[in-house]
Amino acid sequence: MLELTINGKPVSAPEGVTLLQCAKLAGVKIPTLCSLPGIHTNGSCRICVVEVEGQKNLMASCIVKAQNGMVVKTNSERVRKARKILYDLVISSHPKDCMSCGRNQSCELQELGYTLDISTARIPNKSTRAPIDISPAITRDPSKCILCRRCVTACNDIQGVGAIGSQNRGFETTISPAMDLPLLGVNCAMCGQCSAVCPTGAIVETDHIGRVWAALSNPSKRVAVQVAPAVRAALGEEFGMEAGTRVTGRLASALRELGFDDVFDTNFAADLTIMEEGAELLRRLQAALTGEGAVLPMLTSCSPGWIKHIEHAFPGQLDHLSTCKSPHMMLGALIKSCYAEKLGAEAKDFFVVSVMPCTAKKYEIQRPEMQNNGYPNVDAVITTRELGRMIKSAGIDFAGLQESDFDAPLGFSTGAADIFGVTGGVMEAALRTVYELATGRELPSDNLHLTPIMGLDSIKEAALKFEDVKPEYGFLEGVTARVAVASGLKNADVLMHQVEDGASPYHFIEIMGCPSGCINGGGQPRMAGKPEDYKVRRMKAIYAEDESKALRKSHENPDVLALYKDYLGEPGGHVSHRLLHTTYTERGNFNELIAT
Amino acid sequence: MKTTVNHVSGCTGTEEELLQRVRQLASGYKDKEGSLIQVLHMVQSVYGYLPLTVQQIVAEELGLPLSTVAGVVSFYSFFATTPRGRHTIRVCMGTACYVRGGVSIVESLEKQLGIQAGGTTADGVFTFEIARCIGSCGLAPAMTIDDTVYPEVKAADLPSILEPWYCGGK
Amino acid sequence: MRNAIIKSPSDLAALRDAIRTQASTYKFTVYICGGAGCVSSRCDKVAEALRAAVDSAGLSNDVRLVVTGCIGLCAHGPCMVVDPDGVFYGDLTPEKAWSIADRHLRGGELVQELCYFDTDRGEYLPYMKDIGFFSEQVKIALRNCGRVDFSSLEDVVAHDGYFALAKVLTDLGRERTAQELIDAGLRGRGGAGFPTGVKWQSGMNQPGDQKYIICNADEGDPGAFMDRSVLEGDPHSVIEALAIGGYVIGANKGYVYVRAEYPLAVDRLGKALDDARAAGLLGSDILGAGFDFDIEIRIGAGAFVCGEETALINSIEGKRGEPRQKPPFPFQSGLWGCPTIINNVETLANVPAIILNGAGWFASYGVGKSRGTKVFALAGDIVNSGIIEIPMGMTLRTIIFGMGGGMKGGRAFKAVQSGGPSGGCLTVAHLDVSVDYESLSAMGAIMGSGGLIAMDENTCLVDTARFFMEFVQDESCGHCVPCRSGTKRMLELLLKITSGRGAPEDLEELQELAVIVGQTAMCGLGQTAPNPVLTTLRYFKDEYLAHVVDKQCPAHVCKALRIYAIDPDKCRGCAACAAKCPAGAISGVIRQPHSINTDKCVKCGVCSDACKFDAVVC
Ligand SMILES: Cc1cc2nc3c(=O)[nH]c(=O)nc-3n(C[C@H](O)[C@H](O)[C@H](O)COP(=O)(O)O)c2cc1C
Ligand code: SF4
Ligand code: SF4
Ligand code: SF4
Ligand code: SF4
Ligand code: SF4
Ligand code: SF4
Ligand code: SF4
Ligand code: SF4
Ligand code: FES
Ligand code: FES
Ligand code: FES
Repeated sequence: MLELTINGKPVSAPEGVTLLQCAKLAGVKIPTLCSLPGIHTNGSCRICVVEVEGQKNLMASCIVKAQNGMVVKTNSERVRKARKILYDLVISSHPKDCMSCGRNQSCELQELGYTLDISTARIPNKSTRAPIDISPAITRDPSKCILCRRCVTACNDIQGVGAIGSQNRGFETTISPAMDLPLLGVNCAMCGQCSAVCPTGAIVETDHIGRVWAALSNPSKRVAVQVAPAVRAALGEEFGMEAGTRVTGRLASALRELGFDDVFDTNFAADLTIMEEGAELLRRLQAALTGEGAVLPMLTSCSPGWIKHIEHAFPGQLDHLSTCKSPHMMLGALIKSCYAEKLGAEAKDFFVVSVMPCTAKKYEIQRPEMQNNGYPNVDAVITTRELGRMIKSAGIDFAGLQESDFDAPLGFSTGAADIFGVTGGVMEAALRTVYELATGRELPSDNLHLTPIMGLDSIKEAALKFEDVKPEYGFLEGVTARVAVASGLKNADVLMHQVEDGASPYHFIEIMGCPSGCINGGGQPRMAGKPEDYKVRRMKAIYAEDESKALRKSHENPDVLALYKDYLGEPGGHVSHRLLHTTYTERGNFNELIAT
Repeated sequence: MKTTVNHVSGCTGTEEELLQRVRQLASGYKDKEGSLIQVLHMVQSVYGYLPLTVQQIVAEELGLPLSTVAGVVSFYSFFATTPRGRHTIRVCMGTACYVRGGVSIVESLEKQLGIQAGGTTADGVFTFEIARCIGSCGLAPAMTIDDTVYPEVKAADLPSILEPWYCGGK
Repeated sequence: MRNAIIKSPSDLAALRDAIRTQASTYKFTVYICGGAGCVSSRCDKVAEALRAAVDSAGLSNDVRLVVTGCIGLCAHGPCMVVDPDGVFYGDLTPEKAWSIADRHLRGGELVQELCYFDTDRGEYLPYMKDIGFFSEQVKIALRNCGRVDFSSLEDVVAHDGYFALAKVLTDLGRERTAQELIDAGLRGRGGAGFPTGVKWQSGMNQPGDQKYIICNADEGDPGAFMDRSVLEGDPHSVIEALAIGGYVIGANKGYVYVRAEYPLAVDRLGKALDDARAAGLLGSDILGAGFDFDIEIRIGAGAFVCGEETALINSIEGKRGEPRQKPPFPFQSGLWGCPTIINNVETLANVPAIILNGAGWFASYGVGKSRGTKVFALAGDIVNSGIIEIPMGMTLRTIIFGMGGGMKGGRAFKAVQSGGPSGGCLTVAHLDVSVDYESLSAMGAIMGSGGLIAMDENTCLVDTARFFMEFVQDESCGHCVPCRSGTKRMLELLLKITSGRGAPEDLEELQELAVIVGQTAMCGLGQTAPNPVLTTLRYFKDEYLAHVVDKQCPAHVCKALRIYAIDPDKCRGCAACAAKCPAGAISGVIRQPHSINTDKCVKCGVCSDACKFDAVVC
């Protein structure tokens, strides 16, 4: 233990902590701007400076380690003055557009101004209006960038993509793709992890709220909405609720209040995905095990961030991907076909909105592959954060809402669908079904969970032996299926290099583009200021949803079964193929497809 | 048709040949961590400058993100992303040279070459840059053309200093 | 003996003796400066001519010609020294070389009129020992510069090169070598002045299988060219010292990070490395002592901040040269995360001499905690610009007036800038202060790497502060807010002041910003960037006030503050100026003195250029 003095009070702290952490232990909050604990610390803003006795200069507490005997002042006049001047310097090149900025009231820079009690900006505004780069999923406004480089850490160190980085030097430094290319012109996965960490309005999701309001007020459109599993485990945070609060029922009610005509659940399509993907896996396994040959391991395809990444980074490996569309695309396709037909309407009458933890889905919906009969399967994607803003702007008292259910017929789901929201969930859901289909028995595990692939580790693996299988699955007898799960693109790369080298020991791999999966998606409530275990809390909420359901296996979803009976035929059948499956595009490492 | 390119101070060859050479050079450093700057130096001496295509080849061969390569290229003032003149004039504006009248050299050159510091003459002969000390401070103000150092330069000497370089030699 | 492979200390000694014997057969040794300064004034032509003259006079067996590194008095380059008597000839041309060969080398006569002319004394001073520039110097780091054929490993060995390495490997060992440096009181010459022996000890005691030693040859301070002189004039000393350091800390790999602006240094160092390798002085089992060590050159790419040690490490790793937060210090986690020791060129150049001559000898020079000598680059408005090495503790006055010969053109001394963009500007009042680490920082300047720029009365210190701010603003890496934006805003304030738009409040603002930037920046660049502003504000406040209150630039440097006027005594009334004035500000009757209407004048200076009679004053 270290003993030091902070603001005159003695503090003990464990070896290795920073002065910032140390102060926190002492109940002292030091203002910060660039650092994001647990993710990123680079000492660049210097807002967190403190006075350390015997040191000539002020020290950045977020990065300087505590040492025995240090005498620290976090709030002296000298420190306060320095912080104010530093803040003044930061905003001297900032547009100060708070009132018309998407981050108004959710901006760390703005909040810091309040914390530091800033009432004058002495340095006249010298903001340089760099051009705004709007890609289908991500909008970058470099003039609002404070160069904290959290996004660089997210994109390079966490995701391993490196679409953006520091460019130029000194005052000219910017964070952007190479040579000022637009994001769409490079290998950006559109995962939005950068937008989830950015403290300001410099990187945000590309706004779809406008088009949703427009559709809602368009009398000739029937507006259907669907919600991804991870949203219900996080939306509450936008209303000040604790991380991990489950708000499924209130969410459905809020959507109704907003005026959506159909309030569906992407979960339904998650169950459907398991049916399709499960069938595809069994087909591939059969072909492989009977010597016919098939591309293995099969890779999941429900994360569009991951899809865009593999198209850039491993264009030669696209055959490994399941051909299933992501669940919300499946649901969109069904709404505009099967459901529309049922109502005697047409695809053009519908406007489908997906509420997603995800920014990549904004990109996904405009892919040419994601259309049927000339209509996009989904028309708008709003992130969890955007939905929060819509609810607020509609004047809905979210906390006070009554709970309600999603609409039939595309709103019912099993517990297997809920866990799509967390890393390992798709795999577990798939195995619950595949194992039972093949053996007639439930997945032999604790409460249907496959513990080795639960939790937030970046790469997980499991093995499952098939014995006493049903006669039609004889090819599986005695086979040990080996599966792996990775979340976060950098971790995906680890497994993909094995695949590329032909050295992958697995049959089936689940990959989620965002670290920990959709609970931590690029469109989820931002992590700044959240408790350190916010991801664990959201994960627990997801598993609680699953466990609270009567049905927890996709193949038991009666509405899904009915859909097959009435409309689709069988998993992997002709209609499914047309509506629920897709193809991929080799983009190349530098997105050579886009001429820039 | 074969185009002969010489992106100045670079080598001569067809576009394809130069890019091929760039690729060869870079691929020799595939597994040598930390070679990026050295590779960029070499590649720039082959291709003359470092446009996007060249940066992409380097990124690919070294297994680095393009944004990282571009980040390094744009950090260091020796790397250029636009074609350069056949010869590079660097006028020192380090302290010693500033004190000894470097400004007037810069101003005269701007007039004579008809370009601002940082630019390249229309005939492609000179790229004109400001240097921050070239280590000849004892003989300030100093300037260099390529690797030749000119000590104690006077504005009046400039025409005779530049003259020989127009016909390639010194 | 040529191209010998040196496998043991006795091989080394045998080589030295052989070469010395050979050298002793000559009557004269002529050291021709091949330093970068003299190269730029075409010393190659002089050397060629001398060689031809010596040959044609049939003196080849009497005269040994040695092309050396910088002799020091670059202002008089190309130059040379003739031994045994130490006669200095400067400002040479091929013709002069012929006459020296003829009269001195053949005839044994001093060529008076080509010797150094001391303007103060009004006489020629042929012998180096009489010339103020040389006589006060003590050459330790520069012991071989100007004395040794840098391109010949044999000549280096003949001057005791690599004997310190042999001593360390076979006799002193690690601990005692580090202790020797501590006892000598050697401190880093790269700027921070950290005790070198202590640094090496930390490197030695740091656990780790892989360690590195780096020579910092980035020398980005404008106005400083000491390290360049060492690298070009005595590369083997740096190699030897790196090997010693590598042995002490337990590194088998060294790097020399040289700035790209120094191609000559890179060439010479590269050749020296090849020679050392070929001779077995680098590579495996050096001098039979079981020590493996090799060195690689890394070339910078134009970024001043890469002289900062952590930025330098990033640059060697092929990254953007942004500094890293310290701690951890490089000795804990440096290159590729391994323990790394970084030393400046000059620091290293001192090491072999200390090892061979002992700590006590080195420590006998200097004052207080500043022991030994320091190399300075004299530049600016000084007569004898060049390189000097002096014991620390000498006064600025001795340096600038004694050795430097005072200001050019007899103008008055106004300020001296020490320590480059991180340093400060000192005034006449500081001339008698001792030059050492402590005294300089007490005055707000720093020793820095050793650039001393003298400025005469025609210098505007506000403009100088602006100049430095522009420099750091250009060279800031952009990582941290105070330096990235703070220096930008400081520069804007200085531009405002020098362009005549300043107000007294701006000075307070400037001061306040300067203090905060210095206290909060992440690395040394930003922490010291305000020094030129702070020292000029402190010592030249009047000059600032003249700019903001009287709207005048007393030194007539700041264009916007110049007041153009016509001296009626000089004006012939030719009207040339009036014809060219773009503002129509000049009026007058032909053949009568003209005058300028200050309200109309846009301060373009055209009139001053147009006047053939120097009548326009500003
Ligand atoms: C902005 C900046 C530039 C520097 N430039 C140099 C340089 O060019 N050469 C050098 O030796 N040290 C330079 N230093 C100092 C180095 O960081 C480091 O302290 C030094 O190389 C250590 O060697 P020494 O202990 O032998 O002095 C610089 C420091 C800063 C902050
Ligand atoms: S990013 Fe923040 S501080 Fe900047 S304009 Fe938007 S809300 Fe205001
Ligand atoms: S915070 Fe101030 S500037 Fe912003 S809207 Fe309110 S009164 Fe206006
Ligand atoms: S969206 Fe993802 S891949 Fe694209 S820049 Fe942001 S973090 Fe990088
Ligand atoms: S874009 Fe946002 S996260 Fe990235 S550096 Fe700028 S402010 Fe920070
Ligand atoms: S993990 Fe989820 S949030 Fe992230 S890109 Fe994939 S689908 Fe979107
Ligand atoms: S002080 Fe300047 S050079 Fe140093 S890290 Fe900060 S911005 Fe970069
Ligand atoms: S400085 Fe220019 S504007 Fe002023 S008087 Fe002279 S020529 Fe005219
Ligand atoms: S050019 Fe000179 S001499 Fe002629 S009128 Fe003007 S000031 Fe007088
Ligand atoms: S929060 Fe510590 S430097 Fe930014
Ligand atoms: S300042 Fe110009 S060469 Fe050094
Ligand atoms: S370079 Fe010749 S004396 Fe300095």
